[in-house]
Amino acid sequence: MTTETDPSPMPPASSAPTGAAPIKAVPVRHPGRWVSVVVLAVLAAQLVNAIFTNPRFNWPVVGQYMFSDVVLSGLRNTLMLTVLAMAIGAIGGLILAVMRLSPNPVLTSVAGGYIWFFRGTPVITQLVFWNFLASLFPTLGLGIPFGPEFVTFDTNQLIVQFTACLLGLGLNEAAYMAEIVRGGIKSVEHGQTEAASALGMSRTQALRRIVLPQAMRVIIPPTGNETISMLKTTSLVVVIGYFELQTAVQSIYSRNFQPVPLLIVAALWYLVLTSVLSVGQMYLERYYGRGAGRPGEEAVRRNWFEIARGLGRVVGRGGGGVR
Amino acid sequence: MNSGMVNAERPSTEQPMVRAEQVCKNFGHNQVLRGIDLQVQPREVMCIIGPSGSGKSTFLRCINHLDKVSAGRLWVDGQLVGYREHGGKLHELRESEVAKQRRDIGMVFQRFNLFPHRTAAQNVMEAPVTVRGDSRAEARALAVELLERVGLGDKVDNYPSALSGGQQQRVAIARALAMRPKLMLFDEPTSALDPELVGEVLAVMRGLAEDGMTMIVVTHEMGFAREVGDSLVFMDGGVVVEAGKPRDVISNPAHQRTQTFLSNVL
Repeated sequence: MTTETDPSPMPPASSAPTGAAPIKAVPVRHPGRWVSVVVLAVLAAQLVNAIFTNPRFNWPVVGQYMFSDVVLSGLRNTLMLTVLAMAIGAIGGLILAVMRLSPNPVLTSVAGGYIWFFRGTPVITQLVFWNFLASLFPTLGLGIPFGPEFVTFDTNQLIVQFTACLLGLGLNEAAYMAEIVRGGIKSVEHGQTEAASALGMSRTQALRRIVLPQAMRVIIPPTGNETISMLKTTSLVVVIGYFELQTAVQSIYSRNFQPVPLLIVAALWYLVLTSVLSVGQMYLERYYGRGAGRPGEEAVRRNWFEIARGLGRVVGRGGGGVR
Repeated sequence: MNSGMVNAERPSTEQPMVRAEQVCKNFGHNQVLRGIDLQVQPREVMCIIGPSGSGKSTFLRCINHLDKVSAGRLWVDGQLVGYREHGGKLHELRESEVAKQRRDIGMVFQRFNLFPHRTAAQNVMEAPVTVRGDSRAEARALAVELLERVGLGDKVDNYPSALSGGQQQRVAIARALAMRPKLMLFDEPTSALDPELVGEVLAVMRGLAEDGMTMIVVTHEMGFAREVGDSLVFMDGGVVVEAGKPRDVISNPAHQRTQTFLSNVL
């Protein structure tokens, strides 16, 4: 048995009593920060004042429609489409990325062809295509290729507007997510896969247990981008007559001729959703960042809440705040 | 080349743990191994030395099929590595079969390759749980036992980033031991370490050797090779130039190339 103890004992922790007193130095002063905070505060106050006292912004209309039924149902559709299309995109992207990196040439080419096609055509075209599928293929069936069919569906019933939206947005997103996931997987050092193989793990086990959890650190930030972008891309469903937040406010201001307040309504809701997503992203990053770097250091200062906190520190302490 | 002459005095009734016959490896047109003949007996500690680019790491990686042999044959514990011989033809093994062969061969890398998103204990538990199907409680108990054995009983729940290089390498050794291998491969295990951390890793390896583990160690640590090794192999240019008892090879090298190399490292 190896009973040898550690031949190089660790040095005592930093809190060990030593003769020297802890340093209490005067921190470097940052007068420039104070000046800039004052300038910014004045400018911000001016802007807020200009916006809120301007009658042409018509704030009462904003308040009137902020929680109206049409806007809220548009909001619900936006959320549903975003979440479901991103789910299709993420799962599809993961599958495509794994296929593209597999040693099997058939899988590699199928994934390559898919990505080539779906990234290469406009998402509007894809949406319209899915919507008009029934006019191209009135029935869809399952059966023997070139032989009899066992079940046949009416395309119009199978692919309703909502399904067409999901397919159009989701399948297109999968092509982009595939490249994001592939980049993440390739960012993980090859030695990790080798170590897993040397332990007798299969390719799939190594991917699932070792490579993907590490790739997530690289995958999440661009995925957050994609989600926020998807939030707004969903407004394209207007081309096939479906509606969501943006089209809901459009339908209102086309009747009451108040585009500015209604666009503000939509913008405020998009900001709320984006903020919620950013917080979610921060927690995900913190989770997948475990073990990397010093704990709790890398996740800080990532979203705009942190900017506010940093600003508070500049004002409050005048030093050590913003790095 | 005095291939196969290593440990000729050992009883030949036992099957060698590793047997290499004319093992060659090409990377494209680059011939890295040009016919390696070696035998490693059970419980033997073989050290491989040689200049960089001599093919010693590649040979080690061929033993667990991380690199595919281009020509020749390689057996571990009587089993052909990576292939099946059937009807006078070689058939590639399926991925799952290769994985099965690797379970019995532990490997320690120069750059540790610990899983950074897993604590020390989780690193050690990974293969027993996913590969062997141990319960988490069983695996955890084994991990704690192995980490204590490499002197890291107090670092069980630390992430690799919170460990020194020497501690990381000892976790890596514990991780390899968790599959209860019958053969351990060490690929320059101390080359990436600060000099003062080399000793703690070598001490763990010495303990393993004393416990009777079969080991092949690619190393530059001549002291370890002399004191712990049962045999010493000097490789250069993809061939075994010289092999024998460590003391004989080090103090009395037969070949000019060995003499030159040793005079440079000693």
